[in-house]
Amino acid sequence: MSVLRGVAHVYGDNIDTDRIIPGKYTKTLEMDHLAAHVLEDLDPEFSQRVQPGDILVAGDNFGCGSSREQAPLALKAAGVSVVVAAYFARIFYRNAINIGLPVVEIGPHAIQPGDQLEVDLTAGVVRDLTDGRPYQTNKMPQVMVDILQAGGLVNYLQEHGDYT
Amino acid sequence: MGTIAEKIISQHAGRPVSAGDIAIVPVDGVMATDATAPLAIRAFEAMGGRRLWDPERVSLIIDHASPAPNERIGNLHKLMRDFHERMGGHFYDVGEGICHQLMVEDGRVQPTDLFVGADSHTPTYGALNAFAVGVGSTDLAAVWLTGKIWLKVPQTIKIELHGRIPPGITSKDLILFLVGQMGIAGATYQAIEYTGPALRHLSLASRMTIANMSAEMGAKTGFVDATGLALPYEFTAVFPDPDATYSQVYRFDVSELQPQIALPHSPDNIRPIAEVVGQSVHQAFIGSCTNARLEDLQMAARILKGQRIHPRTRLIIGAASKRVFNDALRDGTAQILSEAGAAFITSGCGPCVGTHQGIPGDGEVIISSTNRNFRGRMGNPRSLVYLASPAVVAASALCGEITDPATLLAGEEWELL
Ligand code: SF4
Repeated sequence: MSVLRGVAHVYGDNIDTDRIIPGKYTKTLEMDHLAAHVLEDLDPEFSQRVQPGDILVAGDNFGCGSSREQAPLALKAAGVSVVVAAYFARIFYRNAINIGLPVVEIGPHAIQPGDQLEVDLTAGVVRDLTDGRPYQTNKMPQVMVDILQAGGLVNYLQEHGDYT
Repeated sequence: MGTIAEKIISQHAGRPVSAGDIAIVPVDGVMATDATAPLAIRAFEAMGGRRLWDPERVSLIIDHASPAPNERIGNLHKLMRDFHERMGGHFYDVGEGICHQLMVEDGRVQPTDLFVGADSHTPTYGALNAFAVGVGSTDLAAVWLTGKIWLKVPQTIKIELHGRIPPGITSKDLILFLVGQMGIAGATYQAIEYTGPALRHLSLASRMTIANMSAEMGAKTGFVDATGLALPYEFTAVFPDPDATYSQVYRFDVSELQPQIALPHSPDNIRPIAEVVGQSVHQAFIGSCTNARLEDLQMAARILKGQRIHPRTRLIIGAASKRVFNDALRDGTAQILSEAGAAFITSGCGPCVGTHQGIPGDGEVIISSTNRNFRGRMGNPRSLVYLASPAVVAASALCGEITDPATLLAGEEWELL
């Protein structure tokens, strides 16, 4: 898997799915529509500011709340290349991997907004290039690694036809 | 030996598994709603899906934005109906009710089942001792295709509830109290077993309220001890082995429990009602998969009988299902509530999820029997949502401010349940 580089947008703990994408915007299959409202109630300028490849960074329990897959889809559609958090809520974590949005858990961290980050998915390391600090990422179950490597669960099942 | 989660997953995996193991297991039942099915249909087709692995085990429900409030959602509903026409399965159209209520009511989920729902409150079925997990749309599409899901066997937290829930206090107060104690990430990745003498007399409906809000602690699923559980059919309950291993064990005595309220903007921001009594409210809502069953509506009717709600407060009620609504019509509950000024909406999610049917104005205060009050949850990030039991919601609608129902029935020895 690749090494991703981008600018960090940093938020706090317990960012719930209603703040990632409010329920009123989720009833759509248009990815642009999701991207236009991503993080709207948390940071109204985010959707304008985010650049392709940027990295979202959060604290504890990112993505808690609803099972809406529109949450990782909205982030991906907005150009976010990877989400880094202390840890994730369970369903968000699965959903992100399933749609091919890399997510990594690094525990407590000191990443600041605007820092340049490098995420090495294979080595399991996040490097803050601005302050030089490295963070080890939590290990993912092998089945998730396989799904992420395939580019998501759709591709994985296209390839294998079943869980292998 | 095993916790309930370990026992059910082992049985499905066909080999003994314990917390931390990864298992690929067959699924007994699966459901998706209009909030999650459209993306799942797209993922299923992209996976090359031509038919459902077993249509008998598949349910589709239109409940989150039902009836359709605009053409975009109308087209998503149409997509679901077309999919059902081609693929089969069980279809619940506009007005039949909320997904979780329907799955339990219709026997689509039964004790010891392993059930996957594309909705985060799927753990509700832990009231029946099913291992029920919420997933997103792509995971769900994979179940439609393969009949299987991969799971990490969770660790389990045991919560023992001692004493007796006082008269006039409900299972909603109990679970709000627990969410306050544990926090919204208190059970992330874990299963919960609720057990102890305080739960034995609870109805299935009250148990569903408890299991439902396992999601508000981040739990993967939650089981209510089946001792005392009455179901309309024969069943075998599953109990943990005496030597089961728990990650944590909590003990609470609930004999002194008071009504509990979640303040904005998080379901774990819990206070006893005494601290918020008198806060004026603009809108009251009794609905959702947490609290809109017959006993909840009867509780509200008990408080509102022969009365009129406060002129500055509106009361919206959405029964959990058409069956619940019909029962409430038949026994006079719906009439009492309607004459008290309640506006009944189509059975479904309604205001709970903020897509339509009761979106509050800026600065308005809502008291709601639902399960989440994250900022913007009800459709307006500038509104303030408080969560409470249906009894507290009804009492607050009556007085126009947050009110302890006990003060309305002072001196009476009363039981809401
Ligand atoms: S009632 Fe609310 S919490 Fe329950 S399934 Fe519907 S939207 Fe979700």
